[in-house]
Amino acid sequence: MSEAVRETGISAWAGGGGSPFSISSNKLGMWLFLVSDSLTFTALLIAYSYVRVASEVWPRPFESFSIIMASVMTFCLLSSSVTMVLAVAAAKRKALGQTTLWLGATILGGLIFIVLHANEWMELIHHGVTPFANPWGVPLFGATFFTLTGLHMTHVTVGVIYLGVIAWGFSKGKFSSDDVEISGLYWHFVDLVWMFIFPMVYLLSNAL
Amino acid sequence: MSSSEHGNRLYLTVWSALLILTVVEIALAYQHLTVMVMLLLLVSLSLFKAGLIVAYFMHLRFERMSLTLTLIPALIMCIALMFIIFPDSLRLLELRR
Repeated sequence: MSEAVRETGISAWAGGGGSPFSISSNKLGMWLFLVSDSLTFTALLIAYSYVRVASEVWPRPFESFSIIMASVMTFCLLSSSVTMVLAVAAAKRKALGQTTLWLGATILGGLIFIVLHANEWMELIHHGVTPFANPWGVPLFGATFFTLTGLHMTHVTVGVIYLGVIAWGFSKGKFSSDDVEISGLYWHFVDLVWMFIFPMVYLLSNAL
Repeated sequence: MSSSEHGNRLYLTVWSALLILTVVEIALAYQHLTVMVMLLLLVSLSLFKAGLIVAYFMHLRFERMSLTLTLIPALIMCIALMFIIFPDSLRLLELRR
C-alpha cells in the first residue's frame, strides 16, 4: 500500500507515507533554510522601505554610472544562475569535466559580482557615505543600505566558497549530483534576492 | 531529466526572459513616474522574475505540488504580516513634519 502511494503519489494533499515530498531530506533542509533566509532578507528590505517612507528626504546617490555597474552585476548573477543549471544538468549526466567547467563559470560570475560590488562600496565610502553618516544628513540610508547589501554580499561570498567545495568534492567523487543540485538551490536564491535589491534600492534611488 | 537538450533550451529561454525583464526595469527607472507607480511596477516585475527563477531554475515546477504547498503559502503569509509596520512609518512621517 504505502509502496504504491510512494510510486504513484497522486494527491498533493497526501501526508505521511514513505516520502511525502519525493525529495531527499538534504534538499528539503535546503528549501526550509531558504524559506527562513528569505524572511531575513524581507525583514531587511522592509526595514529599508520603512525608514524611506518615514523620511522626508531620501538620497538618490546612484548616478547613471552606478546604475550601469549595478546592471552589469545583475547580468553577472543572472548568467551565473544559467551556468549553475547547466552544471546541475551536466552533473546528472555524470559528465565530470563539464560539471566542473560550468561550476567554475558560476564561481567566476559570483567573483565578478563581489569585485564590482566592493568597488561600488568603496566609491560610496569615498564620497562620505558610511553606515553612520552621509552628505545628505540621512544616516538611516547608509545604515539600511549597507546592512542589506552587506548581508547579500556575504551570501554571495559564502556561495562562492560553497560552490568551490562542491566542485572539488564532485570531481573527487565525494559528492553526488544531488549535492550539486542543492548547492544550485542556494545559488539561485542569492540571485533571486538580488532581483529585489536591484530595483528597490538601486533603481528607485537613481539620480534622475 | 531524459532530454537534457530540451531542458537546456528551456533554461536559456528563461534566462533571456529574465534579462529582457531586467532591461525593462532599468528603462522604467528613467521614466518620470510617481514613486508609488514606479514601486508597484518594479515590484510586480520583480515578483514575476522571482517566480520564473523559483519555478524553472530552482525546479519547483517539476517537484511534487505538496512541496510547493508546504513552502510558498506560509512564506507569503509571513511576508504579508511584516507589512503591518507600514502605517507606523506613515505616522512617523507625519510627526516629523
